[in-house]
Amino acid sequence: MAAEGKTIDALSQFELTPVLGIVGNSVGFSQSTAHMLLAVGLITALMMYGMAHRAVVPGRLQALAESAYEFVHNLVTEQVGDEGRRFFPFVFSLFMFILFGNLLGLFPYAFTFTSHIAVTFGLAAIVFVLITVVALAIHGRKFFGYFFPEGAPVWLAPIIVPVEIVSYLSRPVSLSIRLFANMVAGHVMLKVFATFVILLGGLGVVGPFVAVLPLALNIALVGFELLVAFLQAYVFAILTCIYLHDAVHLH
Amino acid sequence: MKPRVLIAAALAGLAAPCMALAASTGTVPVEGMPQLAFGHPEQGRFLVANVVWLLIIFGVLYFVMAQYALPRVESVLAERRARIEGDLEQAQAAKQQADAALSEHQAATARARAEAQAAIAAATQQAQAEASAKAEALNARLNAQIEEAERRIAASRDQAMSALRTVAADAAEALVARLTGGADRAVVERAVGSELAARGRV
Repeated sequence: MAAEGKTIDALSQFELTPVLGIVGNSVGFSQSTAHMLLAVGLITALMMYGMAHRAVVPGRLQALAESAYEFVHNLVTEQVGDEGRRFFPFVFSLFMFILFGNLLGLFPYAFTFTSHIAVTFGLAAIVFVLITVVALAIHGRKFFGYFFPEGAPVWLAPIIVPVEIVSYLSRPVSLSIRLFANMVAGHVMLKVFATFVILLGGLGVVGPFVAVLPLALNIALVGFELLVAFLQAYVFAILTCIYLHDAVHLH
Repeated sequence: MKPRVLIAAALAGLAAPCMALAASTGTVPVEGMPQLAFGHPEQGRFLVANVVWLLIIFGVLYFVMAQYALPRVESVLAERRARIEGDLEQAQAAKQQADAALSEHQAATARARAEAQAAIAAATQQAQAEASAKAEALNARLNAQIEEAERRIAASRDQAMSALRTVAADAAEALVARLTGGADRAVVERAVGSELAARGRV
């Protein structure tokens, strides 16, 4: 799978394969879907089992659950303000879902569902629909004033309005491509260097010694990917919060 | 709440062995990025299905988080906040009590010290007054004694002085008698008296 002949196959890891046999195949239940369920199960287990003791002095798991809660809670209240509290469960679910998806993908044999543009765009589309609906619900027609900032000269409207609309519509695109590209790039690099380890390892006597280099690089990359996994979830969540702030306050 | 946790755990547990069941790639080779292979007979189907599953699964996650998980965390945090605030209030009350007791104690100490000083001052004054009264009484007695003694001295001197006149008159009479053979007692006494008066020794 890693190397067929002389070619390096770094992309086949992203192929979707059905699980649960014929039932899974018929409902399109792939290993990506299974990992989503796994992520949701782990998040739910962390939040429910972690908080089961309701201890005043938290244990490790409860401290983890509480710090995740407070981290996202601070993020939402700082970025959106007090009105943002309504959106806290959504941002929390989004952040944890992406974070667990990114982290799960770093385990051997696991699949990274955030490395699929369809998935990240699906999440970004949810965010986009949410911010648009919220903005329309709060501001009604005034929402369309968002595309033409107050005080700008009227004769600039033909330029400003299309630019603003394009920038607004590009939000879900940039949001989804950022996450997708980061995850794909990381996993492709891991795969490429892992293939180098195998290819170089087979080069006779010196092979194993040379193969140490890509191996060391891969170890560093895994640490880097851990950072990226957290960072991309954070970026997705904070951008969602900023968009929500725009939707609630209009600039 | 408990059964829901079990359901979630069961789903998670189900997902793990599913990975092992995952078959290798299908019959038709995938060209380019599998993420963009929407036209592929198998991959395209799974890509679309994956998005549908994403919406369902993310919806479930949102529901569980919003309905059960996050309110639970919130209640625990609120409980802790309330407890900490209660403890702080209690501690503050205890501190105030301690402060009050301390100030009371200090006031009592100050009062006791003032009382002691007043008592000392009163005792000193009294002792001084007594001493001065005694000294005055002694002085008065001594003065009386001195006066008495002076009076006695004056009396005895007067007596002696009056005796002196008689003695002087006797001596003068005797002298005059020896010299002249006879003396008039009355004349002699007069002479002696005038002489004494001239000398200022009546």
